[in-house]
Amino acid sequence: MKVHVDSEKCQGHNRCYALAPGLFKVDEFGYATERNDGVVPENMRDKARLAVENCPERAISIVEDDASA
Amino acid sequence: MAEPVKDWTTDYDIFDPAYKRDPFPIWDEIREECPIAHTERWGGSFMPTRYEDLFNIARNIQTYSSRNVLVADFEPSAYGEDPEGVPAEVQTASQTAGGAPPITADPPVHTWARKLLLPPFSATQVARYEPETRELCAELIAGFIANGRADGAADYAQQIPPRVIASMLGIPKDKAETFTGWVRGFLELGLTDPEMRQSSAISIFSYMNEVIQERKQNLREGDLPSYLLTSQVDGEPVPEAHVLGTCFLLMVAGIDTTWSSIGSAIWHLAQHPADRARLIAEPELIDSAVEELLRAYSPVTMARYVAEETEYAGCPMHEGDKVLMNFPAANRDPRVFENPDQVIIDREKNPHIAFGVGIHRCAGSNLARMEMKVAIQEWLKHIPEFRLEAPDEVTWAGGQVRGPRKMALVWGS
Repeated sequence: MKVHVDSEKCQGHNRCYALAPGLFKVDEFGYATERNDGVVPENMRDKARLAVENCPERAISIVEDDASA
Repeated sequence: MAEPVKDWTTDYDIFDPAYKRDPFPIWDEIREECPIAHTERWGGSFMPTRYEDLFNIARNIQTYSSRNVLVADFEPSAYGEDPEGVPAEVQTASQTAGGAPPITADPPVHTWARKLLLPPFSATQVARYEPETRELCAELIAGFIANGRADGAADYAQQIPPRVIASMLGIPKDKAETFTGWVRGFLELGLTDPEMRQSSAISIFSYMNEVIQERKQNLREGDLPSYLLTSQVDGEPVPEAHVLGTCFLLMVAGIDTTWSSIGSAIWHLAQHPADRARLIAEPELIDSAVEELLRAYSPVTMARYVAEETEYAGCPMHEGDKVLMNFPAANRDPRVFENPDQVIIDREKNPHIAFGVGIHRCAGSNLARMEMKVAIQEWLKHIPEFRLEAPDEVTWAGGQVRGPRKMALVWGS
């Protein structure tokens, strides 16, 4: 599983970073990007889904790869 | 007195006493019957109430401009037509700034103005103010805890944000009462009283102008006026008028709103012993509790200005029309939130838009969250058991910022 933040949509609400600092980082303006190319460790998949569900801008998406789907 | 409202979908009044006290059933009715309500009152406006509509309108900045974010008629210069007694440089400044950027700006000004403002309000920067906020909350509580009673709005919630914003602006905290008076005069009482709004705006602009003139001579490390004065945009210093408009915004936006959120949170906890007990037993729930309280009691309803002819969901809108961005109603939309009227402090799916959505997302959101978190934690630490003395006597400010203004709380024997 991978997560991706669409930087065109992110407005810096900080929700993903607050919920899953292991998966996201924010720059000095508060805009988020995914850590580690977006790779989601198995034990953090719920966090990734939470981040998607709580982003008010709908900026985060999950890409399931075949091996871990 | 205004005529009583008979039909909320075609004749709503955001200043109606019933709307201020308990807008939730009114929003439910509008949301299900006619999701974009309209009124001729207060200059006329449309009011979307469904989450999806708020999401779409907030993100369409081409059609829905932020040049005017208050719903009742308002001069962007804040001075109307007769700015007698206002220092000339303050007049020029407020007019050049076009109000209070970036909240009152559209791109391209909005883009650089926001970029300038975001870094000092990042979660990391805001955390610098957490220890003093905690100390302040503890001091306030120490001042009244032995009495077994206090006004949770006037004695507590209202006291916190003006001092924190004063600290960020580098201005004396003992003037907090004065700032609160000005901001209420501008944003609360002045919303239906143009003269009061104008004189309050003049007071804020004039005071901040003095601060800025002083800072130009004596820059300080770490306060916002100094930061803005020494920042550059495209290699040029930020125009002084813009610095003034932004400082005006910080004072206006940073006080009433957060104090309303803190007040509503305390109001909720006073009536829900199970939520109090859970927050004390499971302190790690504080972050999701803050988000949930923001969702359920969102204080802020900004407006937009229709900049071009358009039609939204069958409503024809004309240039100059106002749209009241009812983010609080969107946050109670059952299409998005399960059991929206229930406060669930560990709610998992909560994409609330209490801070708005799109490019005007509240720049102070991290500050507001920090203040709410600390205010709730300190209260529960010192006063874990408390209740409303007389629930029916709580008074609410409403209109574009909603929160309790008189809220007698009691505890102990």
